[in-house]
Amino acid sequence: MFSDYSMGELGAIFAMQGFAGLILFSVFVLMALGLAIIFGQMGVINMAHGEFMILGAYVTYLTSNFFSAYIPALFGMYFFVAMALAFLASGALGLFVEWAMIRHLYKRPLDTLLATWGLSLILQQIYRSVFGAREVGVTIPDWMIGSLPVTDMIEVPINGIFVMVLAVGISMAVYYMMFRSVWGRQVRAINQNRVMAGAVGINTEWTDRLTFGIGCGVAGVAGSAFTMIGSTGPTAGQLYIVDTFLVVVFGGAASLLGTIASAFSISQAQSIMEFFLSGSMAKVLTLLTVVGILMLRPQGLFALKLRK
Amino acid sequence: MSDKSKSITNTQVSRRAVLAGGAALTASLFAPKHLRAADFPTEAVNTTGLAVTDDTVTIGILHSVTGTMAISETGSVQAEKLAIEQINAQGGILGRKIEYIQEDGASDWPTFAEKAKKLLVNDKVASVMGCWTSASRKAVLPVFEQYNGFLYYPTFYEGLEESPNVIYTGQEATQQIIAGLDWVAKEKGAKSFYLLGSDYIWPRTSNKIARKHIENFLDGAKVVGEEYYPLGHTQFNSVINKIRLKKPDVIYAIVVGGSNVAFYKQLKAAGIDMTKESPIVLTISVTEDEIRGIGGENIEGAYACMKYFQSLENENNAAFVSAFKEMWGDDMVIGDVTQAAYLGPWLWKAAVEKAGSFDVDKVRAATPGIELTSAPEGYVKVHENHHLWSKTRVGKAKLDGQYEVVFETADLVEPDPFPEGYQ
Repeated sequence: MFSDYSMGELGAIFAMQGFAGLILFSVFVLMALGLAIIFGQMGVINMAHGEFMILGAYVTYLTSNFFSAYIPALFGMYFFVAMALAFLASGALGLFVEWAMIRHLYKRPLDTLLATWGLSLILQQIYRSVFGAREVGVTIPDWMIGSLPVTDMIEVPINGIFVMVLAVGISMAVYYMMFRSVWGRQVRAINQNRVMAGAVGINTEWTDRLTFGIGCGVAGVAGSAFTMIGSTGPTAGQLYIVDTFLVVVFGGAASLLGTIASAFSISQAQSIMEFFLSGSMAKVLTLLTVVGILMLRPQGLFALKLRK
Repeated sequence: MSDKSKSITNTQVSRRAVLAGGAALTASLFAPKHLRAADFPTEAVNTTGLAVTDDTVTIGILHSVTGTMAISETGSVQAEKLAIEQINAQGGILGRKIEYIQEDGASDWPTFAEKAKKLLVNDKVASVMGCWTSASRKAVLPVFEQYNGFLYYPTFYEGLEESPNVIYTGQEATQQIIAGLDWVAKEKGAKSFYLLGSDYIWPRTSNKIARKHIENFLDGAKVVGEEYYPLGHTQFNSVINKIRLKKPDVIYAIVVGGSNVAFYKQLKAAGIDMTKESPIVLTISVTEDEIRGIGGENIEGAYACMKYFQSLENENNAAFVSAFKEMWGDDMVIGDVTQAAYLGPWLWKAAVEKAGSFDVDKVRAATPGIELTSAPEGYVKVHENHHLWSKTRVGKAKLDGQYEVVFETADLVEPDPFPEGYQ
C-alpha cells in the first residue's frame, strides 16, 4: 500500500493521521466528560445526554444568528459567548430535570434509564417543533474554518486544534472541581457513602442536583463545539450517545481518569484501523475489542477501590 | 404523444354526449377544460369500492413527519399537498376534489406497513403518495401488492425493483450515476475515483454500478478506493487522510444523514478546497435540502448529479418554485426528491383521466406512456417499467446553497432498474 510513496509523503500522512487520532480523542473526551460525571458519580444512566449536547448546539445556532443580526462586528468572537450560554442553558435544564424527575428515581437506577430515554424523545420533539425537522446550518466564524499548513504537506484542521484545546481546558476544569473544590469533595464523599455524608452535614440533595446540572452543562459545551464538525438537528444527539456510553463504561464508570484513558485507547484504535481498513470494519473491530476486554475486566479499565 | 391525444379524444366524446342531452351547455362552454363529475358516474369510475364519492376522491399521504427521516420527508409532504391543492383549483380529477388522509410512518418501517394497511383497507384510498427510504418502501410493498394499492414513490433509489403497484417518480441508480460519471470523465478528464458511502443498500448498490461503469466504460479510468461508514458516523479525518494519500481525481460521495454534514465540514476543515477541484467532489446524495444543514460555505464547488435543481430555468419550474414558496414560506428550498414527489399527484391525475376510472387495474394499464409537459424538471414520460424517462443534470454548489446547472443530457435517459452488465 505504501510502496508508491516517498518517505516525506509517508511522514506527512502519518503526522496528519496522528492528529486525526488526537482530534477523535478530544471529541470523545468532550462527549464523555459530562456523562462520566453523571453516570460515574451519581450512577444515573442518562440516555438524554445527546439531547443536552444538542441543546448546546442550538444555543450556539441562536447566538450566531443574534450576533450576525445585531453585532456583526464581534461575530468572530461569538463562539466563546455561545459556549458559555450553552453551559448555562444545558446546566439549567439539567437542574430542572434533576428536580422534576431524576431525584425521584435514585433508588431505581434501571427506571432512570427508561425515564431519561423518554426525556430524550420529548426533547427531540421539542427541538423539532421549535427549530423544525431539518438540520440547521450554524455559521462558523471565518478564522475557525480551514487548516493550518505546518509544512508543505502537513495541514492541521483549525477546528481540530480548537476541539483539542477545549478538551484539555474542560478536563482541567472538571479535574479541579472534582478534586480541589468543596463541591467535588462532597460529590466524592456522597459517592463513597451517602448516608454518612448526609450525617456529617453535607446537603446531599443539593449536591446531587448541582452534579447533574454541571454534567449537563459540560454536555452543552461539547454540543456547542461539535457544531464545527457535525450536524445540528433534532436527532443529532443520537449520533453520539452510543460512543459516549462506550467510552465511559470502558473506562470504568466512576473514574474520570479512566474515561480519559478509555477515550484515548478507543480513539487511537479506531482511527488507526479506519486508516488501514474500511470504516464499518474498523467500527466492528473496535467494538469487538471493547467487548472482549470488558468480559475479562467488567469493572472497566480503571476502578475505584471502595469499601462497600 | 399518441397517448395524450387519445385521452383528449375520450373526454371530447363524453362531453359531446352530454351536449347531445342538452344539459349544462353554458357551463361546458365556459369551463371547457374541466371534466365534470356528472359525466363520470361514481358507479362507473369506481367498481372496486374505493373511497370515491360523487364529488370527492380520497388518497393517502404516507411519510415520516416525526423521527429521523422527518428531515428529508417533510419536503415531499409539502410538494404533494401543493400538487393536490393545484389540481383541486383546476377542478380536481374527473370532476372530483381530491381529499387526503395523512398518516405518519414515524421513521419506523413496521409502522409504515401498518399505516399502509390502514390506508388501503380501512380508508380505501384510491392511491397513496408516500415513502422515502428504500427500507420503508420494501416494508409497504407486500401490503400494496396484497391489497392492490397504488403507490407513488418519490426518491431516487438503487433500482432492482419493478412492482406493478408502485410508480417510481425518482431516478433509479443508472439514471443518476452514469451520465454524471461520463460528464466528469469527458469534461474534467477524471481518471481516478475514490468511492465513499454510508453503509447500507443504496450507497453500496450505487457504488457497484459506478465501479462497473468506471472500469468497463470509461477509458483508462480506475477506482482507487471504495469504502463505507456506518450511518451516523461523525468522524472522517482518517478517511480524508487516506484520500490525500491516494490523490484521486474525483471523490464520489454517497454519504447521507447526519454523517453528510460532518463529512463536508471536516473535508473543508482539512484544507480540501472544493472550488479548486483537486480533487473534484461529485455526490448523488446532497440536494438543496441537505445543503441547508451542511452550510453553503462548506460545500461550495462540489458537484451533484440529480435530475432536478431548484435553479433550473424554465417556465414550469419558475411557476412551481413561486407556488411552493407562496404556500410554505419564502425560506423554503426545493430539492430533487421534493420535485419528484410533486409529480406524483399529477401523474396519477393524468393516468386516471386517461383510464376514465379510479380502478387501480385500469389506472395501472393506462399509466405507461403517460406524459407530463408541465413538470418542473421539464418533459417526463412513464416507462413500461413504471419508472420515469427523465434527464440527468449536474449542478455545481454555490455559496448561497443553490446549484448552478452546468450540464444536462441532451435526451431523456431511459430508466433501467435491472441494468445488465452492472450487477
